[in-house]
Amino acid sequence: MTEIAKQRPEFRNINAITDLTTYRLPPAGWVSILHRVSGAILFLLLPFIIWLFDTSVTSEISFARFSSAFGAGLGFVPGWFVKLVALALIWAYLHHFVAGVRHLYMDATHSVTKEFGRSSAIVTLVLGVGLTAVLGAKLFGLY
Amino acid sequence: MSVNYGSKRVVVGAHYGLRDWLAQRVTAVLMALFTVLLLAQVVFTKGPIGYDLWAGIFAAQWMKVLTFTVIISLAYHAWVGVRDIWMDYVKPVAIRLILQVFSIVWLVGCAGWAVQVLWRL
Repeated sequence: MTEIAKQRPEFRNINAITDLTTYRLPPAGWVSILHRVSGAILFLLLPFIIWLFDTSVTSEISFARFSSAFGAGLGFVPGWFVKLVALALIWAYLHHFVAGVRHLYMDATHSVTKEFGRSSAIVTLVLGVGLTAVLGAKLFGLY
Repeated sequence: MSVNYGSKRVVVGAHYGLRDWLAQRVTAVLMALFTVLLLAQVVFTKGPIGYDLWAGIFAAQWMKVLTFTVIISLAYHAWVGVRDIWMDYVKPVAIRLILQVFSIVWLVGCAGWAVQVLWRL
């Protein structure tokens, strides 16, 4: 074994605190882990999503409750916090959506080159954050 | 290769990759089309969206059937994804099984609630 090969770091058992913080992921790596994170967020907030669906469609009275959740708040939770959770949901959905379309496109067209992986990953990250900014500005009443 | 059959069989693994891989993609396409359809109806509405317009979108029977399909698709899609997370990060079989059971209860419960909301409109 040469000297260079010996010096290579090995990650046989990744430590979440000491190893993960020093990881430098390529854009495709960020898209991948954020795809998983956004999916987990959507899974955990599923009852909140259905609550939004329930109150918004059931009746005029519940619709008023739905609207006021984003203004006056929801019980002891202030309105700005409900908006913040909604913003997190918007990002999670958009990122999961765009990253999913990227997956489907790659599956269908066999676009598996390194360059396409990188450029499409950057597009995914920018679209996810960009569209969230556009919808977030609407949510917080900037336009 | 460790022994994972007989009494050592891993009871909480996937071992049916292609079917779930395909199911996850088919359900994803369904949900993506539904998202575009729903967003288009909201975006192309002039002025503020009130209760009548919003609830009206889900009033038609075909839309109810389509939304129902999307709810079931979402539950299946999320099940495949969440189980992947447990299988990747949770190694003790007992904890993994508990988390998988929790995921099923969570998803079936949520799907039931969503269907109830949908069909009492």
